[in-house]
Amino acid sequence: MTTDTTAAGPAEPPETPVRGGTKSPRALAWERRRHSAARFWRQYRTHRAGVVGLAALVLFALLALTAPLTVGADVQSVTDAPGGPMEEPSGEFWLGTDQFGRDLFGLVLWGSRVSLLVGLLAAVLSVLIGALVGITAGHFRGWYATVVMRVTDWFLVMPTLVLAIALATVMSRSLLTIIVAIGVTSWPTTARLVRAQTLAVESRPYIERARALGGGHGHVMTRHVLPNVMPLVLAQTTLMISSSILSEATLAFLGLGDPTLVSWGGLLQDAREAGAVSSGNWWYLVPPGIAIAVVALAFTLCGRAVESVLNPRLGVAR
Amino acid sequence: MTADATSAPVDRAEGPAPAAPPIRGPKARTRTAYLRYVAGKLGGAAVSLLAVLVTSFFLFRLIPGDPVKFMTGGRQVSAEQLASYRREFGLDLPLWRQFTDYCGKALTGDLGTSYQFRTPVIDRITEALPNTLLLTGTAFVLYTALGVLLGTRSAWRNGRLGDRLNTGLALTLYSIPSFWLGLLLIIVLAVGMGPIPGLFPTGGMESGGQEGLAHVLDVAHHLVLPVLTLVAVEYGQTLLVTRSALLDEMGSDYLTTARAKGLRDDLVRRRHAVPNAMLPTVTLIFVNLGRTVAGVILVETVFSWPGLGGLFYQALSVPDLPLVQGLFFVFAAAVIVMNTLADLIYPLLDPRVGR
Repeated sequence: MTTDTTAAGPAEPPETPVRGGTKSPRALAWERRRHSAARFWRQYRTHRAGVVGLAALVLFALLALTAPLTVGADVQSVTDAPGGPMEEPSGEFWLGTDQFGRDLFGLVLWGSRVSLLVGLLAAVLSVLIGALVGITAGHFRGWYATVVMRVTDWFLVMPTLVLAIALATVMSRSLLTIIVAIGVTSWPTTARLVRAQTLAVESRPYIERARALGGGHGHVMTRHVLPNVMPLVLAQTTLMISSSILSEATLAFLGLGDPTLVSWGGLLQDAREAGAVSSGNWWYLVPPGIAIAVVALAFTLCGRAVESVLNPRLGVAR
Repeated sequence: MTADATSAPVDRAEGPAPAAPPIRGPKARTRTAYLRYVAGKLGGAAVSLLAVLVTSFFLFRLIPGDPVKFMTGGRQVSAEQLASYRREFGLDLPLWRQFTDYCGKALTGDLGTSYQFRTPVIDRITEALPNTLLLTGTAFVLYTALGVLLGTRSAWRNGRLGDRLNTGLALTLYSIPSFWLGLLLIIVLAVGMGPIPGLFPTGGMESGGQEGLAHVLDVAHHLVLPVLTLVAVEYGQTLLVTRSALLDEMGSDYLTTARAKGLRDDLVRRRHAVPNAMLPTVTLIFVNLGRTVAGVILVETVFSWPGLGGLFYQALSVPDLPLVQGLFFVFAAAVIVMNTLADLIYPLLDPRVGR
């Protein structure tokens, strides 16, 4: 349903002629792109939830990027921890300390770097695979598409979390493992969406014109299909980051993350292992969870706003 | 195709086709079309199940290290003992023989022997399955009902305060990691915090030593927090899908007609809009039913619920290959079976599908 209707959105002229031929100068194309970007922003601004989500993201991104200046890597050092074990929140330690006496506020700030990085990269990997599979399966019909879509369907029925856990167990414990485990298991939805959109685009007459003028497979896919699929891919990426961050937290909580790095999911695992649950040390558990929820929610809000700008029929509440 | 479309659902609801009708009228054609559709879906499901079986075998062979070492748990053992373990679990055979053995046994319902429990994997699974079904079944019924109910109300009041609160809350809960919510609930409601006493058990399924009604009540008491966690994180998706499906129907002409007839708003919604909007929701409900079985891994781990999810986590940490393999197969099979059921039921609900 979503895919059929999005076909109407990005089909408008300003986004299609990406260097369509020698006639239109590059400057003209750039001007059109700028206009469509400005129009996109004007519409995006009217979605209040989307703006709130974006603001939260900018804030978290700034905090994560400046973390080396504000807290520094020695926040995770167990040996010279500044406080006593399991101290309650105070003026000195805003969120209290963990079982080693490390500052939890600093750890949560520092952990945002891994959580955001893994979320971003896993989502990008997942959407890249999905877009590649979707575009090629939509462009080359015949046995290639049949085989590829069978594989996609097979991945679609696999319980994603179970498969990701299995992959993370099989590979060595590292950041890359988590990224690959999430990215490799979550692409099929994107592939299906992109394929449907590709089929819709390729049935338009201008693709036939491009072929008649001698455009090859590569030309049609990169110059005509890709620009039309991009908005969908963008929205999908935003939504995917949200679920990737949740998956990262889940895998880290199950002890499958890199034990040398601090992440929000890893902090929650530490808290559970240190007995924070049974001794009621809520300050150890609450902040990482809230951070995960806020960032995941912010990406979801942004993704929904992007989606509804591109596809007004969805009727997302503003 | 057009003429018989209206009579088709009634026709199919009668059950299995009677002996071949003498004249192949339009009804017979739709019936064979449906049977062909069913055969196609069942064939696809069988292929998927086979693919899962193959994957479950090879995926976990990739775990580095010697499985026999895991079995002995680091104890000092002689070479003869290692060899006898190998023979016991068929690990001395070449990989292709292990594979054909595994497939052959799996077809007869034998999924191998667990390394850590030394009992057939299938026994562990059948032991844990009822517990998982109790947990997921209860949660599933509750979150589906809640999601559909709030989703319809939300769509009907699209854009108003109630809708925005509803959607906002659903999106927020949807972004919360289930295990974190579970831990918080344990801290606040089970361990007790400040003035709040510990109202519920922190984990497990029963306190033990009770009979009859007391036992049932005890299990229900243990069930509250895990179910609450599952419902909270899962109902949002059903709500959002129901809502957007209903919003798609809202502008339809037949709703205007129904209102023009003078029907009350409530009846327009219940009798006309909701049945049509339920179609996409039904698919989601079935997909959810399959997914929840695998999705409980975290909730079961957090609440020490003796189900399949907890067993999977436990088996992974050994790692107990046959058990992990078997559970992986069960989780994937649950999704495949439920998806196929949804595919089979869908054309009965929506005659446009499956021709």
